[in-house]
Formats: sequence, C-alpha cells, structure tokens
Amino acid sequence: MSFAARFLRTGEGATGAVILFALAVLALAAPALFPHDPLSIAGPALLPPFQDWSLPLGTDRLGRDVLAGIVHGARTSLAVALAAAATAIAVGTIVGTLAGFLGGLADEVLMRVTDAFQTVPGFLLALAFVSVVGPSLGVVVIAIALSAWTGPARIARAEVLSIRERDYVASARVIGMRPLEIAFREIMPNALPPVLAQSAIIVAVAILTEAALSFLGLGDPNRVTWGGMIAEGRTVLRSAPSLSIFPGIALVLAVLGVYLAGEGAVEAAATKRRHA
Amino acid sequence: MRRALILLRRRLIGAVPVLLLVIIGTFFLLEAAGGDAVDAYIVSTGGDAGLIEALRQRWGLDQSALTRLANYLWALVHLDLGWSVTFSRPILDVIRERLPNTLLLMGSATALSFSLGSALGIVAGARPGSFRDRLLSVGSLALYAIPGFWLGLVLTVVFAVQLRWLPLAGIESIASGKTGFARAADIARHLVLPVAALGFIYLALYLRTMRAAMAEIWRMDFVLAARARGISRRRIVLAHVARNALLPVITVLGLQSAAMLGGSVVIETVFSVPGLGRLAQEAVASRDTPLLLGIILVSAVLVISINLIVDVIYAVLDPRIGSGEPA
Amino acid sequence: MTPRLIIRDLSVRYAGSETAALDGISLDLAAGERLAVIGESGSGKSTLALAIAGLLPGSALVAGRIEWPGLGRPPVAGADIGFVFQDPGASLDPVMPVGAQIAEVIRAHRPLGRAAANATAVDLIARVQLPEPGQIALAYPHQLSGGQRQRIAIAAAIAAGPKLLIADEPTSALDTIVQAEIVALIDRLVQADGMSLIFISHDIALASGIADRIAVFRRGRLVELGERDQIIGQPRDAYTRALLDASMPATPQSAGAPA
Repeated sequence: MSFAARFLRTGEGATGAVILFALAVLALAAPALFPHDPLSIAGPALLPPFQDWSLPLGTDRLGRDVLAGIVHGARTSLAVALAAAATAIAVGTIVGTLAGFLGGLADEVLMRVTDAFQTVPGFLLALAFVSVVGPSLGVVVIAIALSAWTGPARIARAEVLSIRERDYVASARVIGMRPLEIAFREIMPNALPPVLAQSAIIVAVAILTEAALSFLGLGDPNRVTWGGMIAEGRTVLRSAPSLSIFPGIALVLAVLGVYLAGEGAVEAAATKRRHA
Repeated sequence: MRRALILLRRRLIGAVPVLLLVIIGTFFLLEAAGGDAVDAYIVSTGGDAGLIEALRQRWGLDQSALTRLANYLWALVHLDLGWSVTFSRPILDVIRERLPNTLLLMGSATALSFSLGSALGIVAGARPGSFRDRLLSVGSLALYAIPGFWLGLVLTVVFAVQLRWLPLAGIESIASGKTGFARAADIARHLVLPVAALGFIYLALYLRTMRAAMAEIWRMDFVLAARARGISRRRIVLAHVARNALLPVITVLGLQSAAMLGGSVVIETVFSVPGLGRLAQEAVASRDTPLLLGIILVSAVLVISINLIVDVIYAVLDPRIGSGEPA
Repeated sequence: MTPRLIIRDLSVRYAGSETAALDGISLDLAAGERLAVIGESGSGKSTLALAIAGLLPGSALVAGRIEWPGLGRPPVAGADIGFVFQDPGASLDPVMPVGAQIAEVIRAHRPLGRAAANATAVDLIARVQLPEPGQIALAYPHQLSGGQRQRIAIAAAIAAGPKLLIADEPTSALDTIVQAEIVALIDRLVQADGMSLIFISHDIALASGIADRIAVFRRGRLVELGERDQIIGQPRDAYTRALLDASMPATPQSAGAPA
C-alpha cells in the first residue's frame, strides 16, 4: 500500500487532508470568489453576521467584508507559513549536516550558535527583527525562520552523526568524492526524512507566529491577515465579538488541519515499518 | 545531591559562550537598527548638526563598532543595559519593575499546564489506545491549535464581558489601596484569565508528552516483570510507569520556557498585564530598540536559568545521570 | 501424590501469526520437581513459561488446559508463581532502589508495614548471597553488575513465597562463571523452600545440572520428555541427540572451520 493510501486511511490524516485541501482551494480561489479588494468598503459598518446573505459574516468597523477578509487572509497565512517552514528546514538541514559532518571545532561553534538562537524566545526574536527591519511579507518569513531553523538543525545533525559511519559513506570516500560532495549528495538526502517528520509542527508554529505578529501590528500592512482582523475586532470586542471570533476559528482550523495531517503522516510512516 | 551540583557547574560553564553569542548578536542587531541613541534624542529634543556631532563624541558613538561592542560588554558587566528613550529611565530599572509580574504569570501558567497536563496524560496513558486516550489526544491537539491571544480574547468575552465574573484587564484594581492578603487576592483574581489562557495552550504539550512516554514505557520489560511479581495495576501505573514517564516531561519543562516567555508577550498585551512581554510590545510600538534588546538579553538569561534548574531537577529524579552510566 | 501443575493439550497462537507458538503440549509437574525445558529460538519454550504464568498478551489465542490441583483457585502472580526473566537489567525499574522493588513485592502479598517489608527485603538480599545487603538495598540497578541484578530479580521472584519458580533463560545474558553461580543459587533456593522449578534454556549442558526431568521443544512441539539421566545418556529422538552433540561435543571444533 502506498504512503498516500496509508496516510488517508488514518482518521487524522484524512481529516487533516480534507481541511488543508479546503483551505488551499479557498486561498487559491480567493481572487475569483472575492474579486474586490478585501480592504475596501463593502457595506455598512458593523453589520452583524448571518443577516445579509451577500455579506454572510457581516462587516467590520469600517464596513469591510469579513468573509472576504478571511478567505484572502488564508492566502497570506498559508503562503507565509509554507515559505517560513521551507526556509527554516533548508537552512537548518544545511547547518545540521555541516555540523555533524565536519565535527570538531566547526561542530562546536555551530552548535553554540544554535543554542544561542534557541535560548532567545522565538517570538521575541521575530518581534525584534521585524521591528528593526520593517514589516513586510518577506521580513515576516525570515523573522519566523530565524527561530524555527534550530529544530531541523539538531535533528539533521543527529541523523548525520549516525549515518556518517555507515558503509556507503566509506565507499564514497574510497571512490574519492570530495568531503563536501559526500556531505550533500550522500548524507543529507538520507538525513532529510526525520527532519520532514517535524515539518508539520514547524508549519503550524509558523501560522501561529505570523498571526501573533499581525495581531501586534507587525504584519504586512498591505495585506489582510487573520491576526490583523482579530486585532481590529478587539476594539469593538464588547459590541461585535464575532469580528474577532471568526478569524480565530479560521486559524484554529488551519493549524488543526496541519497537526492532523502531520499525525497522519507519522502514523503512515510507522505502519509501513510495522508491516515491512 | 553532589551529582546535581557537579552537573550544575558544568552547565553553567557551558552557558557562558551561549550568552556571549546572544549578547554579540543583539549588539549587531542594535547596530542594524540604524539611528542610534543620538538620533532618538534629537528627534525628541531637537538640535542642529553641530550638536549631533558633539553628542556623538560625548557618548562615544563615533568610535569603531568593535570599540563600541567592548564598551557595551563592559556596561553589561556593570548591569547597565542602557537608556530607554520611551521611559526616560535606565532600561534595567524598567525591566526590573516589570519582571516580577511576568514571572508570576509564567510560573502560575507553568504550574497549571504541567500539573493538569501530566495528570491528564497519566489518565490517557494508563490505557493506551482506549477511547479515553484517543479523546484526550485529539482534544489536546485541538487545544494546542488555538492561538494564545485569541483564547485570551474569547475568555475575556465570556468571563469578563458576558458573565462579569472576572476583571477585564490589568494586574490589580487601580488605586485600590489594598494591602497584604486582600491585595494578593485581588492580583490573583486579575491573573485568573491570563494564566488560564497561557496555561491551557501549553497543557496540551505536557499531556501528549506524558502520554507518549507512558505508551513507550508500558512496553518495557520491567513493567511485565512487575506484573509477574503480582504488583497491583494501580501501583504499576503510578509508581513505575508514570514515575519513569516523568523524566521526558521534565525535559519539556525546560524546552517550553522559551516558548512560554514568547507567548506571554501577546497574553500580557491582550490582558494589559504590566510585565516583560507587554514591555516588549511597547518597545516595538515606540521603536525603542535598545529597550527591546535589553529585554531579549534578560529573556535569554531567564531561559538559561530555568533550563539549569530543570537540568538539576532531572538529575535528582534520574539516578542514572552523572554516574557515568548511559541513561 | 497430586502433581502441582497439569498441562493438557496447550496450544498458543499469537495475534497476526500464521503458525502456532505452542501446539498440543501436555505435561505434569510434581511438587518440588525441577523440570528443564530445552529448545532453540522459536521452539515455544518462552511462550510456555508466559502461558503458565498468565503473562501472555491479551490478543493471544490459547486452547487447552492448565490446572493447579493443589491450589483450588486460579494462581496469583508473585504469590503462587515466581518469574525470573532473561535480561536482569531490563526486569528492574531503573529509577527505584532495588530494595524497594523487593519490598513492594512483599507488601503486595502480605500485610506488612514499610519498615518490616524493607527489613525482610534486606534478608532476602542476604539470602541470594549478596554481601552488604543493607547497602545493596539502597542501590539502583545501574550500579550493580549483571550477576548482582539477576540475584535481585530472583529475590523479588521468591519474595512472596511462591511454590513454583519459572526461570526463563536466567543466565543467557551473563558471563560463563556467573552463569554457574546463578544456577547453583536457584537450585539451592528451590530445594530449601520446596518449590517446583521450570528452568528454560537453550543450553542443555547447563540445564542438565539442575534438572530432575528434561523436556525438549522444537517449533512449538514437545519432542521428548524424560528423566535427566535418560535424556542425556540415551536420547530417543534425533533432534535431542543433535542438541546434545552441539552442546557437549565429543571432539573440539577445528580451528580453521568456517563460521
């Protein structure tokens, strides 16, 4: 049975896949479903939800369509999270592979640097970085990756340390492959699977971090973000709590979908080993 | 205990280079911020180019980066974190004022998530694969998916706005003049919602770790041996399986301290708790970069300290540590 | 004399397995008798031990009868059956002092207070011939050698005074000299307390020193069962003979023989 089939057989994997698929479709189709700029005024201010079917989730303080905001916000959240996770995994894997492969002083130095990045709370680091450089989509991606890369780095290094002594590495050396070539062509691809097993968590944390940054006003000001919508809704929390609640539900669903898909993947990989 | 102290000393020595790296990193981030203290001063006070030059010289800002780094390190040794333009006070004073509130918040939240999470984890792990177990697993996953600031807002809406059971914000009633026990009770009332918000998010992590550890340990031979000796199931679960599963959970305690400190930024902002986290947000809002970086340094020290304490606790709980045997 | 243990047509199959781990096993065990169960890996000897002790996984399919004539009720683990596992390190909780682990067995079966149970535990540690039993009681498993740990495991197995001791390859993980000591210890304890013994091993030479009768297992079936001298001197089955030849060779292996 293929990995995909095993994955979908688990309750977690199937549910997660459904949620993520729905989100992805919404995100990609956003310009088609809601062609107008979600930041533009669509109707009267503070229209309650479920009253006007052309504005199903109501409008915010300035009269902007909440549903359009949520659908467009999906684009930002997913794009940032995926980019940040990919960056973190790429950087982390390279650093971890180098540290594990080179050993000695280089390993010590790289690990101390990793420690330093892990010691500073990730969110504070992201906060400081965005604050210093200025809020934009790319900056947010880097800010999140700044703390997320340490996990993959440690995992990659541990894998490399165990792979390093294996036969196919010795054979490569005998053939005369240069050390760096061995590191990146032979070792790194085999160190990747355990790193990828963590990728679901990295993506989930990235979504939450981006939302928190946007909530504090550090997201890209030209984009709709779920965190930003919640921050906006906070000003009218007493009178119109739905403005904060709906984007929050979207966030929970997105993160939950990622977690469930991650659990399903881990379970699918485990069952393969069990029946192998 | 001697074992633990040897370990502590070893860890302390190892922490120094890490802290040094953090300091150097923050210094260069400070440099990258562009616009130094003089610019900030001029913006608020006004002055011409000649004054700028004179101030730069007086404050030693025209020297090379390396010299300034050395000065910065020297200042740190004297516990001088610099000057906050926002508050017009030494940064160390501002931080020192706010730190206890954050420690109180984090400490209570950690106590909540650790104890409740571990207890539920034991319940789930007592029968791996049971309905109870699956329910708690999925439930905790859903909890973990909730953004902290949103949970804070939802709790505020429900408990402070609709039900009016608890206060809306702050750490104590303003100018209430309460002292002693009454003041403590007032602070406690204010902290219920922020502690709940921060605690429930990380509860899931302890639950899942305890549960996974227990599932792992159930498979071990000494559990079968205990059954063979006729030990009651209840005693096996608590005295053997949970006791062994506690070790990885304690490890999580240390790892989570950094994450929770970051989480306290948004929680403190949502609930207007005057702590270190909210200070960071204020520093960002007013572009007071030296203050922000001072907070980062203090946070790093805090995380290192917490990890050291956790390491010692772990060494006390695991008799295999420090005796030269593999764990 | 009524036998202590009666096994009739015992068959065991683990969940998800095509073949039976045990197939139609029948044998009796008398009070005070020492039975050696010999077999290679996959012979089902450990499954027999677990089945008698009631330690098979819940998903295992069991058919046949295991009866305890003298007991009149189902056996209680620890109080009626003592079990010694192969890996002494793995059978002890790594974070609990060994004395406490013996004491908890005592308290699980007898109404003793903590102090009395601890004192009894120290006595037991002395009984398994460990020096400075008071000190050893406070030690953790990782601080003891393999042989010492196995002695502790034996002490824990007999702490509640069971009438049947099952030892599943108790010496396979130990050094040769220690092996002989442990076998001698088990023999001494069993005879002193009037326990029946089931001694499981792949090493027929080792087991013959402690056996009244020997049962030979192969692939889940009981191949041969008889008095010790008869099995060793005049084995009836070809497999038994092969095991004897391998374990106690007439001529030493030549040095250049391929592995």
